[in-house]
Amino acid sequence: MTVLVLLDHEAGAIRQASRSAVTAALALGDVHALVTGDAAVAAAAAQIPGIAQVLRATDAGSAHDLAEPLAALIASLAGAYSHIVAASGATAKNVLPRAAALLDVQPIPDVVSIVDGETFVRPIYAGSALATVKSSDAKKVLTVRASNFDPAPAEGGNAAVREVTAPDAPAVSEFVSIERSKSERPELDAARIIVSGGRGLQNEENFKRLEPLADRLGAAIGASRAAVDAGFVSNDYQVGQTGKIVAPELYIAVGISGAIQHLAGMKDSKVIVAINKDPEAPIFQVADYGLVGDLFEVLPQLEAALDKAG
Amino acid sequence: MKVLVPVKRVIDFNIKPRVKADGTGVETAGVKMSMNPFDEIAVEEAVRLKEKGIATEIVAVSIGVQQAQDTLRTALAMGADRAILVLTDVAVEPLGVAKVLKALVAKESPDLVILGKQAIDDDMNATGQMLAGLLGWSQGTFASKIEIADGRAVVTREIDGGLETVSLALPAIVTADLRLNEPRYASLPNIMKARKKPMETVAPGDLGVDVTPRLTTLSVAEPPTRKAGVKVESAADLVARLRNEAKVI
Repeated sequence: MTVLVLLDHEAGAIRQASRSAVTAALALGDVHALVTGDAAVAAAAAQIPGIAQVLRATDAGSAHDLAEPLAALIASLAGAYSHIVAASGATAKNVLPRAAALLDVQPIPDVVSIVDGETFVRPIYAGSALATVKSSDAKKVLTVRASNFDPAPAEGGNAAVREVTAPDAPAVSEFVSIERSKSERPELDAARIIVSGGRGLQNEENFKRLEPLADRLGAAIGASRAAVDAGFVSNDYQVGQTGKIVAPELYIAVGISGAIQHLAGMKDSKVIVAINKDPEAPIFQVADYGLVGDLFEVLPQLEAALDKAG
Repeated sequence: MKVLVPVKRVIDFNIKPRVKADGTGVETAGVKMSMNPFDEIAVEEAVRLKEKGIATEIVAVSIGVQQAQDTLRTALAMGADRAILVLTDVAVEPLGVAKVLKALVAKESPDLVILGKQAIDDDMNATGQMLAGLLGWSQGTFASKIEIADGRAVVTREIDGGLETVSLALPAIVTADLRLNEPRYASLPNIMKARKKPMETVAPGDLGVDVTPRLTTLSVAEPPTRKAGVKVESAADLVARLRNEAKVI
């Protein structure tokens, strides 16, 4: 069996999440990689150990990872492969289901564990349950959760690179522009530490009091749905079932009671800290470290303690 | 311009899903069901397009059991003009849903289909993309902004670490992300009015579509549960433990 892995890249390098997808793919068979972008990206892919061949898409549509040409390209290449795999991420989620539809295949997203070539474990209900599913499709199209597979090394391999192009088709979409987030803080999905605020912060002004703590820790800032609904911060801060699903090394929940829909979005964090004045708040049931107290007193104390600890 | 908006009936986002004791799935009997939150955003966007005079008719579609009528009534109360229920007891996968929708698109000829980016039950995040693929239409997924002008839809998309804007030839498929809008609550008069709006029921077979699932669920299990940890006494204690015990700072 040979597996085609779609690799995502940023600034000329293969994303770490994509190297995790390579590890997952190697559990299924021999691995070929498909990359978009320039020759440097293909060269970077060729160095990942375990990749036997790199296919580099050179057409204009694929340059911007537009779903229409990229899905058509994947479908045109699919004949040679038993599985098509990518790391769960914006690009794969945009492109792979479309490619699967062209192949008349039901995709299997967010795989956390591979049982065998046709059986996979994936979270449903934002991780409130784990489903083991078996596919009857001739080909399998899946995305994998990067945090569940160790990334393959970036160097050590030496694969051949072959150029491929999407089949000719009228362009139904055009790339216009891209705007990278300029925040000094890391993105919620990629942050090692997240400081998240809830209704306990009371208003928009107070919500900013999380910033000094986040700055000291180099953390991203998140929010509960209650804080978003109350207008303290915009929607894109929301962690939870209908917001971002995160799993940082450290998640500090400040003034968050721990509604089910919030827990669904952060309970896979490695270490959870809860700061809340209500000792009965459900957030304490999932927290590794709980601090019962008034957050407006605790926050400055925490900053001082961090300063002192250096 | 006609807009088609598919909506799904799911367990309300405020309810904690319970895995059935026999491990065959998640308990839905006697559980509060609501419209998938991302689909509410899709309906809202369609209604706003109509309020701006861009959309002329909004058709809401749901594929599911008889009670999915309630979900469609919600869409009608928010401002959709009529509804189609594709009645089936089978849990239809995104591939099957996309095939049903493709058949309805052939019948209804919409210029735009707006879907929620994902349903919060199976978390597949696939139907919109699959429908676009089956139709050969352009797609703008994870939309945080939609502008319709000159026969194109300009869609701002939420991607990893930023926003991307694409220009789509119509007809097009758009999937709604959280930031697209904040859905309205249906007013009581509109809920009353929605009862009189037309609702048609069809079967997947009437549309010539086979919705047999490709995935068999072998088991559904609870994820490993977290145990409550320790209560710390002070901020200084917390910092010391995070540093020395958990080693995360």
